[in-house]
Amino acid sequence: MLLELDQVSRTVGGESHLRDVSLRLEKGTLNVLLGATLSGKTSLLRVMAGLDRPSTGRLLVNGADVTGAPVHRRSVAMVYQQFINYPNLSVYKNIASPLRLAGLLRPEIEHRVRGAADLLRLTPLLDRLPGELSGGQQQRTAIARALVKGADLVLLDEPLANLDYKLREELREELPKIFAGTGAVLVYATTEPTEALLLGGHTATLHEGRVTAFGPTIEVFRRPNTLTTAQVFSDPPLNTIAADKRDGGFYFGSIAVPAAGALAGLPDGGYTIGFRPEHLYPDRPAHTAVEIAARVVITEITGSESFVHVAFAGRRWIALAHGVHDLAIDQTVSLFLDPARFLVFDRGGALAAAAA
Amino acid sequence: MKFHAGRTALICYFVLLLLPIYWMLNMSLRTNSDILSHFALIPTSLTLENYAKIFTDPSWYSGYINSIIYVSLNTAISLLAALPAAYAFSRYRFLGDKHLFFWLLTNRMAPPAVFLLPFFQLYSTVGLIDTHIAVALAHCLFNVPLAVWILEGFMSGVPREIDETAYLDGYRFPRFFLTVFLPLIRTGVGVTAFFCFMFSWVELLFARTLTTTEAKPIAAVMTRTVSATGLDWGLLAAAGVLTIVPGALVIWFVRNYMAKGFALGRV
Repeated sequence: MLLELDQVSRTVGGESHLRDVSLRLEKGTLNVLLGATLSGKTSLLRVMAGLDRPSTGRLLVNGADVTGAPVHRRSVAMVYQQFINYPNLSVYKNIASPLRLAGLLRPEIEHRVRGAADLLRLTPLLDRLPGELSGGQQQRTAIARALVKGADLVLLDEPLANLDYKLREELREELPKIFAGTGAVLVYATTEPTEALLLGGHTATLHEGRVTAFGPTIEVFRRPNTLTTAQVFSDPPLNTIAADKRDGGFYFGSIAVPAAGALAGLPDGGYTIGFRPEHLYPDRPAHTAVEIAARVVITEITGSESFVHVAFAGRRWIALAHGVHDLAIDQTVSLFLDPARFLVFDRGGALAAAAA
Repeated sequence: MKFHAGRTALICYFVLLLLPIYWMLNMSLRTNSDILSHFALIPTSLTLENYAKIFTDPSWYSGYINSIIYVSLNTAISLLAALPAAYAFSRYRFLGDKHLFFWLLTNRMAPPAVFLLPFFQLYSTVGLIDTHIAVALAHCLFNVPLAVWILEGFMSGVPREIDETAYLDGYRFPRFFLTVFLPLIRTGVGVTAFFCFMFSWVELLFARTLTTTEAKPIAAVMTRTVSATGLDWGLLAAAGVLTIVPGALVIWFVRNYMAKGFALGRV
């Protein structure tokens, strides 16, 4: 199926939850909705499911308008962040629920439930109640129910957010595979840019109810169309600074960076330069790199990486460096900027040039 | 043996609590002349004569039947009216919902006697006086708001996402409500039924005023034991004992959930 959203907006009590969202989701694709909390991911999923009606705009399935169609007539399955199952029904009955309602015969139901339970490793737990399962198993049950239904549209609302780290990695890897064969449009909402990149597929970045970009995940990551998109799709946050371009270089603070390559052709004027934390280097990465002196604010060390928060020209930047960099607070350190990694945005926030 | 102050106090309290009930049971098993002639902590000449009279005399046992009929009617009506109302309050936001929810309790803000005159006048006009449904409806005045409050508390304890999951699975509302939602709040329904039963069972003023002969409740029948020959102590006590039985039975079934009911389902 082909799901199209045509200028969908939703306003609740004067508060705008979605603004002019237009998307085209193709059959058998994995689509990630990426955005911070309250950016409108859940609102968008609920509109797609038909649980909420858009205030304006249309929803088209295979070209047919389904905007007002009731939920039970749509081919939709949804998995929530909070493991939602029927608490009074066994795992088997939970998974079988959509099939029984579809009026399938008992042997067919049995066959499909067993198949899904097998795939999600729930077979030994079929007789238990959801309350007797671990969080991961409860979420697997919810996923199995979404799977057996064979819905054309499968909506996953931060399905792994409430799971512990290890289970999350495991399920994240399995999820796209589980649904890959079904030909369903898969929509996966997440707050984590890393998760979007690991899942691949297409990504729509959401900010304050608007879709700021939609395209293949790697493309959106590499060439974010606006500053907002780049900020949404960056964790830790994108480092930014306002700069002036003149005489073939960018000037900010007391620093001048030569504008080379793709940046050279930009007209003179004011720009915002953005670069990712992994591109603020503790060691000179290339001979074109520019050295700056910044003051250390705090250092977070995870073991394999260090997040060095620094202050430079009134901005807070983060440098993501490999290994342990145990730096004293208020110490001045030398860091390196590589113009070949710059994302340059014009004053309106649109991408003017991406060096890499 | 060691002296336990706490246990002694408990025993004293328990004795005080049970004394009136014991005394009623005691009297119900004795004849009038026996009761009036001497004081006996333990009755000597036991008789079931009083109970026999209640179970054989229609003017007595019909009192129980009448009470049970209007109490059951009231419980059923209260639940049927309160379930959809409570669902709406717990699941939807609409204009003035919070105010409406609060003002539901208006009828509990005044003594029932206040509403007696309007009820009597109204029921006389439409010819409802001395029917079971009259008393059942009158008791709804108190029980429906209470039932809505209790059920709303229990319903709000069920995540809204369960409703949505059911719709996505393909449920239509009626089937969802009956086969998915009701089983999830069955404790709440039980507790609500108990509260409706209890209020209706012990209420005397409305039940007596709105009935004359055909639907007279047991408590009203009991007030008629005073006759020219004096008070029939034994019979009155036997009727009292039998009145406790249904209440005790119902309480026994919901004993584990009563606290939650008193907290209107919000624990």
